[in-house]
Amino acid sequence: MRVGVITFPGSLDDRDAMRAIRLAGAEPVALWHGEHDLHGVDAIVLPGGFSYGDYLRCGAIAARSPIMAEVIQAAEGGMPVLGICNGFQILVETHLLPGGLIRNDHGDFIRRDQRLRVESTDSAWTSGFTVGQEITIPLKNGEGGYIADEATLDRLEGEGLVAFRYLDVNPNGSLRDIAGLRNERGNVVGLMPHPEHAVEPGFGPDTRDAMRSGVDGLTFFTSVLKASVLS
Amino acid sequence: MPTIVVEVMPKAELLDPAGKAVAGALHRLGHDRISDVRIGKRFELHVDGDVDAELLADVEKVAADMLANTVIEDVVTVEVHGASVPGETH
Repeated sequence: MRVGVITFPGSLDDRDAMRAIRLAGAEPVALWHGEHDLHGVDAIVLPGGFSYGDYLRCGAIAARSPIMAEVIQAAEGGMPVLGICNGFQILVETHLLPGGLIRNDHGDFIRRDQRLRVESTDSAWTSGFTVGQEITIPLKNGEGGYIADEATLDRLEGEGLVAFRYLDVNPNGSLRDIAGLRNERGNVVGLMPHPEHAVEPGFGPDTRDAMRSGVDGLTFFTSVLKASVLS
Repeated sequence: MPTIVVEVMPKAELLDPAGKAVAGALHRLGHDRISDVRIGKRFELHVDGDVDAELLADVEKVAADMLANTVIEDVVTVEVHGASVPGETH
């Protein structure tokens, strides 16, 4: 399976995402924002970072870059797309996922190992988890407050589209503790925390067993691999 | 040269953490009569030639589709400056 990772001007975590894909057993493919070519990949990751310096709004200009026309078309056709942090912001700016992300309510940039509860496993990127499973992956953002109007929030809850919720502490004022979403079809997932930073022993969050041994993020990438084998 | 000014504000019902931080600083400096601050954006779009109804309609669309994210923001102003346009002169 070939998984594309798109680099935008200001992307930071594109190489980490490619490494995570490789560790999961798939082949990472570097894609460039300025092209209209997905190079025949089977799935796409929109990585974290500060595309276009967060000018206009986080993800707003990246969402309108050349390659995103192909990404939107592919996502609407069912291709798995994962947006991490800035990638999640890009997904809401393209309206592939509803709502918006605004500055953290306390105004500070945060970086912490964040506990999450998996709320939905009906997606290409979460099928390897169990519903209610608690995972820990790093979170690092300044503008991660998820917002949507009440009707949208009720619909997201009613249709089971909330993929992840913050546990212990709501780190940024996100409404209903929402950390990540999936779309109706389950091929598009976006979240603020960074699964690609918890894929390799020695470099992940601390666990009860050992320091930096957390690899909960790897399941995102093995899930999409499994989805591709089954389809 | 005509300029089209577009102003965008965060939706009134949403928290504006940047505005809140500025309000907090003003209070610390003793400006107690300023009760709240909200921070928006002003875009100045410079135009070659005349502003006609077609261009204005295009700008209004761009304002709603790109300059603002209407999930979290409102377009509060689309105004033409420095040109004579029927009904739109400022």
